[in-house]
Amino acid sequence: MCATAEQSERKVKPMSDITNILIVGVGGQGTILASRVLSGAVQKIGQDVKVSEIHGMAQRGGSVVTQVRYGKEVASPIIPQGEADIILAFEKLEALRWLSYLKENGSILINDQRIDPMPVIMGAADYPADAIAAIRSLRKNVIVIDGLKIAIEAGNPKAVNVVLLGLLSKYLQIDKNVWLETLRETVPVKFLETNVKAFEAGWNS
Amino acid sequence: MKKLLTGNEAIARGAWEAGAVVCSAYPGTPSTEIIENAAKYTEMYAEWSPNEKVALEVGAGSSIAGGRSLVAMKHVGVNVAADPLFTLSYTGVNGGLVLISADDPGMHSSQNEQDNRHFGRAAKIPVLEPSDSQEAKDFTKIAFDLSENFDTPVMQRITTRVAHSQSLVELSDRQEPVLKEYQKNALKYVMIPAYARRRHIDVESRLEKLQEYAETTPLNRIEWNQTKIGVITNGITYQYVKEVLKDASILKLGMTFPLPRKLITEFSKKVDKLYVIEELEPFIEDYIKSWKIEVYGKNIFPMIGEILPETILEKMGEQSKNKNSLPVQAEPALNTPVRPPVLCPGCPHRGLFYVLNKLKVTVAGDIGCYTLGSLAPLNAIDTTICMGASIGAAMGMEKARGKDFARNLVAVIGDSTFIHSGITGLINTVYNQATTTTIILDNRTTGMTGHQDNPATGMTVKGDPIKEVDLVLLAKAVGVNRVVVVDPFDLEKLESVIKEELRAEEPSVIITKRKCALIEKNKDTTPCVVLNESCTGCMRCMRLGCPCIVKEGKKVRINSTQCVGCELCIHVCNSGAIGKEGQTNV
Repeated sequence: MCATAEQSERKVKPMSDITNILIVGVGGQGTILASRVLSGAVQKIGQDVKVSEIHGMAQRGGSVVTQVRYGKEVASPIIPQGEADIILAFEKLEALRWLSYLKENGSILINDQRIDPMPVIMGAADYPADAIAAIRSLRKNVIVIDGLKIAIEAGNPKAVNVVLLGLLSKYLQIDKNVWLETLRETVPVKFLETNVKAFEAGWNS
Repeated sequence: MKKLLTGNEAIARGAWEAGAVVCSAYPGTPSTEIIENAAKYTEMYAEWSPNEKVALEVGAGSSIAGGRSLVAMKHVGVNVAADPLFTLSYTGVNGGLVLISADDPGMHSSQNEQDNRHFGRAAKIPVLEPSDSQEAKDFTKIAFDLSENFDTPVMQRITTRVAHSQSLVELSDRQEPVLKEYQKNALKYVMIPAYARRRHIDVESRLEKLQEYAETTPLNRIEWNQTKIGVITNGITYQYVKEVLKDASILKLGMTFPLPRKLITEFSKKVDKLYVIEELEPFIEDYIKSWKIEVYGKNIFPMIGEILPETILEKMGEQSKNKNSLPVQAEPALNTPVRPPVLCPGCPHRGLFYVLNKLKVTVAGDIGCYTLGSLAPLNAIDTTICMGASIGAAMGMEKARGKDFARNLVAVIGDSTFIHSGITGLINTVYNQATTTTIILDNRTTGMTGHQDNPATGMTVKGDPIKEVDLVLLAKAVGVNRVVVVDPFDLEKLESVIKEELRAEEPSVIITKRKCALIEKNKDTTPCVVLNESCTGCMRCMRLGCPCIVKEGKKVRINSTQCVGCELCIHVCNSGAIGKEGQTNV
């Protein structure tokens, strides 16, 4: 553990710096597993970490957001608006909704999936015509993948969240072995193989 | 080794480390996971009580008998438990008694955002407020000691952000629980007027001692920095202040009742400008103002909702330091449609609200997932007040407007909520001769809070099977003659039963019984599909408010990845245009 911690200290940003990651999606998409693996991996490299997520009503198909912050010492578990280094969005509308939390030079990683909220289903509101284009007009670093397609190719359509985690891991300075070790500790053994495949697929996307 | 825990997990751990023996609660966001986690420790007894009042009474008995006891509830739960709470302040404790009040500023999942520090003051018991998971654990242990040292129940108030945020916690071993000696002591524990008068004197002198303790306890501490700005703060807000006001001196109050007047006065003298940053009520601020100390508080910061880090930055005029962060808010393209929560695909409540909406019935509602039946397109609920209120409210409507009004009026209430405090309302409808129809939505669980068991599910919090409350027999036992059980997915039967019971000029109970879709394992989940040629575009299925059914041009499409195949849409479709995927007749 000690050796790992020392190695990683060299890799991460200077002391006072905090990395802010926002994971957004729709209730039921599996954002919580993604944040659990992320926070576990961060812990392994010896960083202080705080995670904030809201349970309850939002679970029922509502907009969900998990905030992960890590660094030498973290006070607030909440990311102020405009301070996220990375947004990992499981759904396009949610990507747009939370975009104001992203730093000017931050990266937003988007799963190219559309889930209509009830007002859109009812015809009371319109789903943004081109959410991705709108995001691109406001931020430079926009990465879009078809997580479902990649997950199916990797053998499990339900592992979209792990595919997205693999994508996220490319943007963080945490050793790949640390990710895989955390994944092993987090997911049930019977799903491990497909989840590792899904992670690798996300990593290579 | 440090472990990443939510505030709720940390509180359960703290109770375990402190040698607690009895833990009780009624589930309620954001407090639910406290007892769920306490139940995992085999050394502690844990229970889901039928409601918060019973939970606190169990804690009281356990404490009087000599054991350390943890009782947890959401803020509005303390309203229910207020009766025992106020008198427990008089009796004091034997084994330590800690009450967790989980407040919900911003109402992430609540019907109001009351500030329960007021309860601490009103009951004259100390209130502790941790700001992260480490403190949540440490303060719980301190609370047990305080409780025993000062002979008082202790309230530990947390908020949603503390309850549900995770941070690293240093773990310790369990302190060997010591059952304190139990002795009959009527003067202390029998609160008849003569004894209670004497105990009230003890309460007042206890409060004076607690005030002295507040001045010196490490729970309250000053973090000196530059003295231009001094901030007094509590709970999660302390973490935000530390994050965004790096130059300010901070007086962090871990104990917010009673307050340390001398410490606050001393702090106020050494800073140029004094601020109080606290969510919700000006609780600390009002005291400071009453001591004639100049302070900025609710004249700057909102009384409504959460105070977030960016709010502090904005209100303190510190924008210049974070130039990047603030202009972003004005981005014009972010006009996004809201995504409100909805009844899940396959939810057994959907069929009921579809029928109630169709029949245009007045519905007195209650607290649970089924409150979502109030949203479009179901629009089926007229009132939602508090746990158990539906039955009393429906009765009051009938008494005000007459029997004819009751011919088109129902109360809807979940199984867990009915046990919590609906049963007394039902007894009242019989006793005071109302004729309303009560619909108990029995989905075999406490759904909204994340599937907790209750006396009607046949399972304890520890997972032990027990004899379940028979809701049919219970309703009959209180004098309801007309009790019908119906499957809410059988829309035709459900509609005819509702119509029939509405007509009856006596109280009746309809139990819609079907397992919550999220816990039902034995079901055919083959998704439904729309047969494009047969769909007439009548949009009747859209009235179900199912998130899987979406408009496509002039017709509809079913999202097969979300659909769990409940078949409700098949039943409402008049043109036979919906069937199961892969079936030949479709």
